[in-house]
Amino acid sequence: MLKYQYYPITVPDRGAGGKTGNWRVVRPLVNKSKCIGCKACFMFCPEDTIKIDESDGKVYVDYDYCKGCGVCSNVCPVKAIEMVSEA
Amino acid sequence: MSGTSACPGCPENMAMRMLGMGLGKDIALIVVAGCSSVIQGLAPKNSYNYPVVNIAFAAGPATASGMARAYKARNRNVVPVVWAGDGGTADIGFASLSGAAERNEDIIYVVVDNEAYMNTGGHKSGSTPLGAYTLTTPEGKKQNKKNLPFIMIEHNIPYVATASVGYPHDYIEKLRKAKQISGFRYIHVLTPDPYGWMFDPSRTAEVAKLAVQTCYWPLFEYENGKLKISDESLHCLDKRTRRPLRDFLSVQGRFKRITEEEVKMLENYIDSLWEKLMKLYENQS
Ligand code: SF4
Ligand code: SF4
Repeated sequence: MLKYQYYPITVPDRGAGGKTGNWRVVRPLVNKSKCIGCKACFMFCPEDTIKIDESDGKVYVDYDYCKGCGVCSNVCPVKAIEMVSEA
Repeated sequence: MSGTSACPGCPENMAMRMLGMGLGKDIALIVVAGCSSVIQGLAPKNSYNYPVVNIAFAAGPATASGMARAYKARNRNVVPVVWAGDGGTADIGFASLSGAAERNEDIIYVVVDNEAYMNTGGHKSGSTPLGAYTLTTPEGKKQNKKNLPFIMIEHNIPYVATASVGYPHDYIEKLRKAKQISGFRYIHVLTPDPYGWMFDPSRTAEVAKLAVQTCYWPLFEYENGKLKISDESLHCLDKRTRRPLRDFLSVQGRFKRITEEEVKMLENYIDSLWEKLMKLYENQS
């Protein structure tokens, strides 16, 4: 619980809406050799599932929660993220 | 935080993440009924990084006013932030919003405007634009959108701003600025909803950008009586440099059956919007 939270109703935590990774029908694949590390996908991902790799500044996806919406692929300026079918 | 119950491609989630980036620590959220009451997940957890009070539509600004005073009484520097949808703002919650603005309460009010009551399946709200299909306007809405930012300017509050999830840096800058100011601060964010507006969820950010490029959604700030048009919208001042409105309408299913005449009416509405803005702009210099 946060210091200034006087009403102990809900506590911030991950996964309050469930493991949403299983909603996916398409999966984003990051092509690391194309990625230029601009982080546009990180900015726009609604789920906070684009993670930044500290070693090279490029990105990877947290598949436990990614819903496969495709926003990251759409905003990428160099088309480094491809959406492939889960089936 | 990951693991919300939002639909894939949800613009409200984008706006919420950016809110976190802009406002940082020491915020308490007051979420009025809407998608966000569901998105945060099941108690006892919530997927927002902040403490949340969930409250009925019309009670948001009043609760926030009380909380602002309570925090002050306990010597805590915490800003209550009301997070409301367009229905909760333009229609049901308006009285209490207007009251809190009149009293100049020390709170931030953020509207995430998806232009209909999307949580209940997409019913028309006061903020739905002309010509748009919703469940309750199957023929397309016949009236124009309520112009909330202008109504709030008329309340003479210290800060009014509009933003779009398509331009995160602009939005985050405005949030940061709002946090420095005291008094009632109002930020109106356009959040294109893939399900209600009927486009592919991957295009959320693209549509949010189109709304600004076609001048449908002006980005500006109004601070202490001074209007500033944001850089992203400067091209709209000249009619010739605006992107055709068709580009924005044609990507959305909700405008599929809009007639030529209605497009004209919508264009006229946008023109009049910009004329008003320009008048405000010129009168101050
Ligand atoms: S597909 Fe959607 S949820 Fe998944 S990483 Fe990309 S933007 Fe985020
Ligand atoms: S948007 Fe594309 S280039 Fe930029 S960080 Fe993401 S994957 Fe890399």
